[in-house]
Parts: sequence; structure tokens; C-alpha cells
Amino acid sequence: MIPFFKEFKQQATRLTHDLRHRGLIQTALKKYEISRDAKKSRFQSWETARQAAAETKWEAINHLDKYLVEFAQKLEARGTHVHWASTAEQARDIIVKIVRDKKARSIIKSKAMTAEEIHLNDALEHAGFEVVESDLGEYIVQLRHEAPYHIVFPAMHLTRGEISALFQRELGSAPTDNPEELTMIARRALRGKYIAADIGITGVNFAIAETGMISITENEGNARLTAALPKTMISLLGIEKVLPRLEDLALFLPMLATAGAGQALTGYNTMYGGPRQPGECDGPEEFHVVLLDNKRTHLLADAEQRDALHCIRCGACLNVCPIYKNVGGHTYGTTYQGPIGSVITPHLRGLQDWKHLSSASSLCGACTETCPVKINLHHHLLQNRRNAMAEKPVWWEKLAFKGFAFVVNRPRLYDLGKKLARIGQAFHPLIKGTAFDPARSWTQTRELPELAPQSFHELWKERK
Amino acid sequence: MKVTLFIPCFVDACYPKVGLSIVQILERLGHTIDFPEELACCGQPAFNSGYWDEARAVALPVLNRLRDSEAVVIASGSCGAMIKVFYKELFEKTEHTQAANELSSKCYEFSDFLVNKLGVTDLGARFPHKVTIHDGCHGLRELGTGKEPPRKLLASVRDLELIEMSEAETCCGFGGTFAAKFPMISTAMGEVKCASALETRADYIVSNDSSCLMHIQGLADRQGKPIRTIHLAEILAES
Repeated sequence: MIPFFKEFKQQATRLTHDLRHRGLIQTALKKYEISRDAKKSRFQSWETARQAAAETKWEAINHLDKYLVEFAQKLEARGTHVHWASTAEQARDIIVKIVRDKKARSIIKSKAMTAEEIHLNDALEHAGFEVVESDLGEYIVQLRHEAPYHIVFPAMHLTRGEISALFQRELGSAPTDNPEELTMIARRALRGKYIAADIGITGVNFAIAETGMISITENEGNARLTAALPKTMISLLGIEKVLPRLEDLALFLPMLATAGAGQALTGYNTMYGGPRQPGECDGPEEFHVVLLDNKRTHLLADAEQRDALHCIRCGACLNVCPIYKNVGGHTYGTTYQGPIGSVITPHLRGLQDWKHLSSASSLCGACTETCPVKINLHHHLLQNRRNAMAEKPVWWEKLAFKGFAFVVNRPRLYDLGKKLARIGQAFHPLIKGTAFDPARSWTQTRELPELAPQSFHELWKERK
Repeated sequence: MKVTLFIPCFVDACYPKVGLSIVQILERLGHTIDFPEELACCGQPAFNSGYWDEARAVALPVLNRLRDSEAVVIASGSCGAMIKVFYKELFEKTEHTQAANELSSKCYEFSDFLVNKLGVTDLGARFPHKVTIHDGCHGLRELGTGKEPPRKLLASVRDLELIEMSEAETCCGFGGTFAAKFPMISTAMGEVKCASALETRADYIVSNDSSCLMHIQGLADRQGKPIRTIHLAEILAES
């Protein structure tokens, strides 16, 4: 078995039996659902908004060549350094070089899943720099030396008690389970880091081609401080983040807030168009934008699944996914968890290594139904399964399905099969749940349905 | 109307009463039933597992036999989705594309057929029990039947009390081969569903998909939970 698959099964087995974990996640996401629905009802028509958003993203993704160049040229015209990185390694090298050239000592960073994707913090620490996460959730998981548990809510798997214990251990704070006090503890620890940092690294929510601006959405004001205080600002984004026009934000900002966190609008929405211009009183002296491909163009080349690049990383598909709710975010072993992660990870990191994520779905379609940009997520899971099996079939599965087709297409053989199964069922209790039980994976936790004494086919014949 | 009835393999073998109830209801409404005895399976297990060539081998006879029907009623949302939605993908860019599209437009899940095609909601049934509904994912989302048809039909059943569960639209965890490949996740999902159903204190969980009910009942029986499941057609055939 492929190591990633083995790891996934082990973690899934552990967490699906952990009722405390199940309760924690279900409760948190139930609250999200209620506020999301309340905010959705503020749209004149959520469905029309989804359609408009999907069409805008379709336009952007299908004309990436044009919009990315426009975005870069507009930024460069105001003195921003734009870097193009084909791979994760190139992106890391570009950023480490900027940091080295600035002779920086410490770095403050706001939330960026793309940075997780390229393991940027590891690279910077390896090069001898301190990096501190300024988003509260990210700061918490960083202190725990963990990956984010969720694209939007990185520390949602932790209780206030666990966070308090972590802060006591790592920051020497007094015990408390008051959320405001916990936030203040982190804030006090972080303020010094902002002041000391030479470099601020941010992610990007949207890249506006028309004006050459990046848009950052957040609730804590930490991204603003990360961008405003250090002398050098570096923003890292995947090439799929581009939107054609400034006015597109009028739809995408409320949509991201609603789908992502059940908010009408996020607390702070900021746009950055370049370094400090002559006559301006604030902003970084130097601004670098790093555009990351890292196999996104492979996905772009796949006409069937290209719409997966519409993703605005709102996390809505995770929030409604019954698989995510039962196995949790770390089980996936990927940067992007949940349905969107299961769709794109095989493209970004190898189909054969990550195909199990596409199989680990009941195909219930809740993800596709909720996606604000209408990515056909669960159909893509089916396509990944097909592509994986076409490339490298499991011989006994293929043989079994060939045999199945042979039998069901021959009514008399199929009738005989049902009769034999009835005889077999009488003896099944002898081996039920043991290693000899062919239905073991079902019967370990569930009863098999009984075969009826007469099938519908037989009853129909009698009726005639 | 001549209604062609597709009975999925597991309904045929384990739940023939569901098929008989559908026949009884449609005949009572004055329709003729055409049952293709040579068909057994829609091909979904192979399709969902990624073996599309093997799925086509099972699906092609189904497509050929059903394509000239006046209307096709499928006794499961899941197999209904396979024939109505996924055949179009399975046969895309083949010589059967047009046939798959044509068949799609005349396929109906059972409750959708009664309510939206025939305009019938009251079948004169009586069922003196408290029930809660499980919305099967394929019927609800893939076919777009939505929540209305089964509820409209139940609303006309005499002496029946419907108590909604909070997780009505949440998957029961079956998912075909998923239930065998990832039994731990599938079972956990089933537990969430059972807990939500039990909260309602209903006597029965009703659904228009026997495959979900098979999973829910199998789990409830193993865990000794007092849950009974019944297909919508069986309730509607009661008098």
C-alpha cells in the first residue's frame, strides 16, 4: 500500500472512533452553517451570485495568459517586483534570496495557504530566519508545530482549554478559558514581533488584473500590520487567484466571507497596489509579488477539471463534507483538505500517490452543491478514479467487474447466481466477520441485508 | 401511460416488496408496467470504482433497452442518477451519446415521477406511525428531485406524523463501494445519521432510496438501536 494511503487509513480509523473529536467538529460546523445561511439570505439570489461568480472565474482562468500579464505589468509600473515561480522550489528560492539580500533577522507572516503548499516556513527557518505567524489560528498551530487543520480555521480542532495550556507552556501565560483573554495573550506576544520584523509575508485572496492590485481579506487586522510595519513586503499567490476587474470584488468579497466564515463581510478588506509612492506616508519601501504555478498549469490543461482552478479557498466544501467532519483536517496529509484537496492534490502531487482521497468519498455531492464558484467537485472525484484506474488498474478489481458484467448480462446465469447466494447466506453466520468472510469490511460493523426468499424477477414471473 | 420500470440489482434481490409496491401504485393509477426482465444492474459499482469500460459493458444493454421507452421509473435515487446523469458522462464522445441524452430526459426517480410527472400526491394510503425522512443524496442533489416530492406524498398519507431530523440531508455513509473500502468513515457517518433519526423518536426512517436504508438498517441492527426503515413506496401502497 502507498504510504500516504496507509497513513490516511490509520488516521481515519483513529479519528472516526474519537467521539470527542466528532462532537467538537460537528458543533463548530453547525454554528457555521447557521450563520452562513443567515448571510446567504442577504443576497438577492445566492444561486444567481454563484452563477455570476463561476462565469467570472471561468473568464479569468480561460484567459490567464492575458490577465496575469496585465496584473504583473500594472504592478511593475508602480515599482513592484513581480517574480514568476514555476515550482515550489523556485518560489522558496526567490523568497529566501529576497530575505537574505535584505539581511533580515526576523519575519512576520500572515495567513497564506500557498506558503503552506511550498513549505515556506521550513525553508526560511532552515536558512536561519525566524518566521512568526500573525493570524491567531496559524500562530496556535505554529506553536504546536502542526499543519493547519482547515484552510480557513487552522485551529478549529482545539478547545479553549487546550489553547490555554499551550500558551501557558509556550508563552508562560496564566491559565484562562476566556476567548478574549486568550486573544490578548497572543496579541501581546505578537506586537513585539511586528515591530521587530524586517520582512512581512502575506498571502493573497484576489489579484485584480485591471488595476494591478492584490486584495487581502482577514478578521484580525494582523495582515494589515504584517504589510504595514516591516520595510519589505512579500506577497505569495497561486496564479489562479486572478480576477479581471476591480468591480468583481463587489461580488467576490461578500461571497468569500459568506461561504468561508458565515460573515456578511470580513472584518478587514485591504488592497495593495505597490510599495510606498512618493508623497505617501505609509506602506512598505519594497514590495515583491511572487506568482506560483506549481502544477496549476497541469490542471489548466485538463479541460474536464479546469474549473477546479476557480477555487477561492473559502473552505465551504470542507465545512459541509461528512468525510471531513468525521476524519478531520490532518488525516488528509495535504495542504488543502476536504473535497477540493481530494480533487486537486492528485494533479499537484501525483495521481497514483493521492488517488485514495478521491475514493474516500461517498459522492454525496454536498460539496458541489455548496461551492460558491460552482466547481463540479464530486464529479471530478469520479474522473480522478477513472484516470487512476485507466493508468494503473488493480487487476483483481478489474477482473471482478468483468466477471460481474459477464453474469448480469446473462439473465439465466444471474438467476443462478442469486440462488447460489441464498444458499451461501445460510452458511454465512459461520464465517461472519472472520478473515474468511468475503463481506468482512461490511460485516465488521454492520449487518448484511437478508436476501428475499423470492427476487422481484421471480415474483414478477409468477404475477404474469 | 406505459411505464418502464427499472429495478436495481439490490432491490431485486433484497427488497422485492419495494418493486411490487411501485407496480401496485402505478397500476392503480391506470398505467401499464413494462418490466425489462433481462436487465439487472445499471453499472454503477464499476463506474464509481473507476472501471468505465466494464461499466459500459453493463450499461449499454440498459441504454439500448430503455431508450425507446415512453417513461422510465427507477426504484432508487442512486441508480436513477447513474442512468439519468452519469450515462451522459459514461457515453460522452461515443456513438451512444445521443441515446444517453434522450434516455436521460425520460428517466424519473419514483417520487419525482408521481409528483412532478403525473401530478399525483394523494394515493389514499394510511400509515398510523411517526416517521422521519432521510433524503438520499443522489435523489436530492444529483437528480435534483429535491426535498419536496417525498414530503408532498407523505403529507397526504392518513394518520402519518412526519418529524424532521436535523441531519435529513446528510449522507448516511453508504456510497456503494465506499462503504467497503473505507468502512470506518462509512460507519461513523451512519452513526451520525442514526443518532439524528433517534432524536426524533420516530417509529420509522423513510426514504426513496433502499440503498441508504440498507446501510442505516444494517448499522442500527448491529448496534442494537431501535430503528426501523421503510421505503416510501411501501408506505404509499398501504391502505
